[in-house]
Amino acid sequence: MTARLGVVTFPGSLDDRDALRAIEQMGGEGVALWHADRDLRGVDGVILPGGFSYGDYLRCGAIARFAPVMDEVRAFADAGGPVLGICNGFQILCESALLPGALIRNRSLRFVCRVVHLRVETSRTPVTSELIPGEVLEMPIKHGEGQFVASEEELGKLEDDGRVVFRYAGPDGAVADEHNPNGALHGIAGIRNEAGNVVGLMPHPEHAIDPDIGPTGGQGLFASLLAAALAGASR
Amino acid sequence: MRFAVEVLVTLKPGLADPQGKAVEGSLPSLGWTNVSGVRVGKHIRLDVEAATEDEAKAQTQEIADRLLSNPVIEESRILEVRPA
Repeated sequence: MTARLGVVTFPGSLDDRDALRAIEQMGGEGVALWHADRDLRGVDGVILPGGFSYGDYLRCGAIARFAPVMDEVRAFADAGGPVLGICNGFQILCESALLPGALIRNRSLRFVCRVVHLRVETSRTPVTSELIPGEVLEMPIKHGEGQFVASEEELGKLEDDGRVVFRYAGPDGAVADEHNPNGALHGIAGIRNEAGNVVGLMPHPEHAIDPDIGPTGGQGLFASLLAAALAGASR
Repeated sequence: MRFAVEVLVTLKPGLADPQGKAVEGSLPSLGWTNVSGVRVGKHIRLDVEAATEDEAKAQTQEIADRLLSNPVIEESRILEVRPA
């Protein structure tokens, strides 16, 4: 049996094809989903890809949140289905309140495009179940609005509940301000929801699959997500 | 009736505003060394069809809360409602 992962294309999505390719390269079946459809085509997991949905006008993800497909994604997430938001997808999940906090303009005011190191903080998510906390992954970031912010109270809850999934770190896994590319609070690169089935991160695992073109830090995320999707599908 | 409504969206106090900081940082080079506390927000203007001014205002407030602002990081307030 092959896990079927859906990738939603919004007007302005850029990384949908890379996400579909990553799914196939990691042994899954990629299913293209469309923003205007009220149908997830029976997939076992959903990825909201990177890009600039609806031009990112008003705020990143603000308009995509109201796309018809998002009602289905919300219902799927509420039912416990695994959902991964990457970059713009993370922003959409925050705007949808499926994840807490928000992503604002980078501290530097510059668009940042480079490879970063991420420290895995928890294996209790569908995208890190096959990874070990403390493990360091290498993958690219490319964003202008990636500074994660949340209220003191919300931030405290995220930390106390172990819902920070990834932090920006050095190659040795040390979390320090010099490794923080955008000013994100507590060096947060990715978080999960309370139930644990919805995850968002700014870095791009789908661009870090093929060893011929760069780092391969994304393989573990996709392997985990495919395993989680398969487990959900067989239930 | 058609009403012109103006909405102001501002970042919550205390939240980092890199844009405001960049604007502030450029002022000394123009000779303004006496300015601080620069914050950048959004001004949005809408025409709303409604029976009364109150109705136009209430509808705009809902639009502002649901779409024009993100309550996690922003506050919105209606500046003005007048017949368009």
